[in-house]
Amino acid sequence: MSAVVDTSILARREGASGRLSDFFWRNPKILLLLMLTPPLLWLGVIYLGSLFALLLQSFFSIDDFSGLINYEFTLATYRQLLIPSNFDIILRTVVMAALVTLASAIIAFPIAYYAARYAKGKWKVIFYLGVMLPLWSSYLVKVYAWKLILAKEGIITWALAKLNLLWLLEAWLSLPVVGGSSLSISYTGTFIVFIYVWMPFMILPIQAALERVQGNLIEASADLGGNPAQTFRYVLFPLALPGIIAGSIFTFSLTLGDYIIPQIIGSSRLFIGQAVYAQQGTAGNIPLAAAFTVVPIVIMGLYLWMAKRQGAFDAL
Amino acid sequence: MTAVLFQQVSRHFGAVRAVDSVDLAIAEGEFFAMLGPSGSGKTTCLRLMAGFEQPTSGHIEIFGETAEGVPPYRRNVNTVFQDYALFPHLSILENVAYGLMVKGVGKAERLKAAEEALAMVKLPGYGTRRPGQLSGGQRQRVALARALVNRPRVLLLDEPLGALDLKLREQMQEELKSLQKSLGITFIFVTHDQGEALSMADRIAVFNDGKIQQLGTPEEVYKRPKTRFVADFVGSSNVLPPDFVASLGFGNSHASLRPEDITLGEGPGRKPFSGRVVATSFLGAANRVTVEAAGARVAAMVPASLAVPAQGETVTLSFLAEDLHQMDATP
Repeated sequence: MSAVVDTSILARREGASGRLSDFFWRNPKILLLLMLTPPLLWLGVIYLGSLFALLLQSFFSIDDFSGLINYEFTLATYRQLLIPSNFDIILRTVVMAALVTLASAIIAFPIAYYAARYAKGKWKVIFYLGVMLPLWSSYLVKVYAWKLILAKEGIITWALAKLNLLWLLEAWLSLPVVGGSSLSISYTGTFIVFIYVWMPFMILPIQAALERVQGNLIEASADLGGNPAQTFRYVLFPLALPGIIAGSIFTFSLTLGDYIIPQIIGSSRLFIGQAVYAQQGTAGNIPLAAAFTVVPIVIMGLYLWMAKRQGAFDAL
Repeated sequence: MTAVLFQQVSRHFGAVRAVDSVDLAIAEGEFFAMLGPSGSGKTTCLRLMAGFEQPTSGHIEIFGETAEGVPPYRRNVNTVFQDYALFPHLSILENVAYGLMVKGVGKAERLKAAEEALAMVKLPGYGTRRPGQLSGGQRQRVALARALVNRPRVLLLDEPLGALDLKLREQMQEELKSLQKSLGITFIFVTHDQGEALSMADRIAVFNDGKIQQLGTPEEVYKRPKTRFVADFVGSSNVLPPDFVASLGFGNSHASLRPEDITLGEGPGRKPFSGRVVATSFLGAANRVTVEAAGARVAAMVPASLAVPAQGETVTLSFLAEDLHQMDATP
């Protein structure tokens, strides 16, 4: 039998699947509903629900004597965030997250620009592999590897010694705040490892944004008299900004919430993630842990609100 | 004064000779067209003038000054891009004022100049919109205003009307022509549409395979094509094979003969030949009648007022000897 038929309307495919196809074709909204229900339930009930429960927890307080949770509505827990030892944790984390984000963006932009504008075929594959490859190995393995690299006996110290540049490292480590007895137990080390671990999350969105910038816009800017710096400032940067913001949401929020990197690499001073971990675990102070968790959410909300007001999403 | 001068300019991309030893002198105030099929090197020539490409060899001058090695942003030359290349994140007014902004013109002054430029292209009051909110024709005008507001010495137009529909294209052709007259700026435009080139340009350079095939006024290029390629590409001329030309009593070479120069029937002083009708098509003002004569296919334009011969009918056609144009041996 040939596949060509001479009727003008083809017979429906046999069985339930044929009837189902026709039904969904006539009622596309039902198909959409069926497809969206599971993820919406997941997002609405499991994710937003638990977030709301967490938020609720932060308005309770803990009884200092019994260690039991006092289920009365209070802002006392939030007031605790403002005592110097807790506020230092917040400040330290936010400053670190901001610096990591800024440095990641500066390092990621040229890489993303090259990949979007110049890399073709094989080089594009190599770019994607290079960016994604670090994500394939365990995060813990990478962080411990960095501990060895940054240690006093590690390769950086060794290489600088061979180059007779050890004095440079020592001068840096003798600085207040960023210094320490070795890179692996200084804020500098924490900063380097944060940048390394989150870099793919910054490169990929910027690359996606730059990929959409037509090459002739750059030519048009040059044609109208814009030198390369002006073209970057007035054309390339504004058009890449949504990608940079998307990348910074990743690096900023991931740094705000991380509790493993600062625990393995850095001075033993706490970051928000570690504080949450300690409060809900050993200290058993769920309300304070919840209040700490709200801090990154509020900061991210403020950040996005400011970015929108500055017109960061105008190019979308 | 010569606005743009090319001396033996070549631009090679690997083994591809996009532009191959081109000599060109475009006069100040001229409306100059570079005509050719895609891949003929006309756009690369334009990009060499704008500074987006650098010549592999040869010498380029813009108003007597050496241009090779000079970046686009230091050339007083502006381009209207094929797909307009308007900045999507800026308003129409900011787009038009861009060139003045990067040159450091104050805000009030540049916005005023941009408003005037928008009025010149008949889009006053459109300044607050975004490029995405405009139609193709409007975007084309904005691109024109954005280039002209800089008062360039040469305006380059890359297939400026390619994306517009027929009606709009004809209207823009007239507007461009009168704009060029009133501003006195040298316009150089690239097109693959021979009708556009013939109707707008003062002079035309016909490109093929990276070389200029013929350079002349529209009339010269149309009436006296130098090569078979030009005859074929500019208009839809009949290119007659050598033996057919010889059989009509001319020299043994290829020749071009315009369909509109051929009439049905004989006439005093006209060269007759006969052929069998193989196709006819209605073009509005005329019918195109294609006949087969001594192995050659010849098209003739028959005014719509005359009866159309039937297919298969043998008819007599004639033309004036001076309208037959013999061409170089080169293809």
